[in-house]
Amino acid sequence: MRQLLLHRATAVWLLLVGATGLSWEFGHGFGFGSDYRLATLAVIVIALVKLRVVYLEFMELRHAPAALRWCFEGWSVVVGASLLLLYWSGS
Amino acid sequence: MSNVAAARSGEHLPGEAGVWVFILGDMVVFALLFGVFVYYRAADVPLFASAQLSLNQSLGALNTLLLLTSSWFVVHGVEAVRAQRATLARGLLAAAFGCGVGFMVVKYFEYGEKLRAGHTITSNDFFMYYYLLTGIHLLHVTIGMAVLAYLWQRLRGAIDMDAQLSAVECGASFWHMVDILWILLFALVYLMR
Repeated sequence: MRQLLLHRATAVWLLLVGATGLSWEFGHGFGFGSDYRLATLAVIVIALVKLRVVYLEFMELRHAPAALRWCFEGWSVVVGASLLLLYWSGS
Repeated sequence: MSNVAAARSGEHLPGEAGVWVFILGDMVVFALLFGVFVYYRAADVPLFASAQLSLNQSLGALNTLLLLTSSWFVVHGVEAVRAQRATLARGLLAAAFGCGVGFMVVKYFEYGEKLRAGHTITSNDFFMYYYLLTGIHLLHVTIGMAVLAYLWQRLRGAIDMDAQLSAVECGASFWHMVDILWILLFALVYLMR
């Protein structure tokens, strides 16, 4: 059990849980004063960071062939930029 | 890249190339659905914002934690297969499966709460997308759990764990994709204001 807990994946899991708590707070209007748009931008950016951590660490793309890793990096950049732009255009 | 060249550079492709094509294809489809959701939300922010108020963000966050925890179990399950420990691997896959069951139970209560309040797929555009996105994702959770159950069965009495590794890595990669999609779905549907 100790071996399982003292593992890089546990630190990654803690980071992801902490980021989830933070985005939950932002989703409830924490921080950024009255400008909820900035809080939402933070929520989207945190989600992008979280999913990047999942594919690099849990999916092991950190050690995968560069072509596959870049497919995921490209996906997150295109999806992230599109979502941020679409959100900002409507807010 | 040949296996020899890959081994020399320290690179490792988990599972089979075909699974990654499938995963990326699935992620592109979800990306389009997410884009459509945010596009139509931008066209009618008041409706989407007021309908979103009836969502239970705590249940959404709980489901995020369940999927993150299941991913932790799956990571260790893959490690256990690499360490030739079939019994431990099966226990870890079963724990991940249990988190999936938890996710479904939470969804059951969440959908029930919405339906009792009169929010159905035909109520408005927000709820159409809510049921569509979470429903397609739930289908992926179900498929992922079937894969975990298959791997659990496959590892029963397995002697040569090296022969099992590729299949386990394929299933693990699919499960992590389900996690990735939920992370973005939770941010867009539950938290975006």
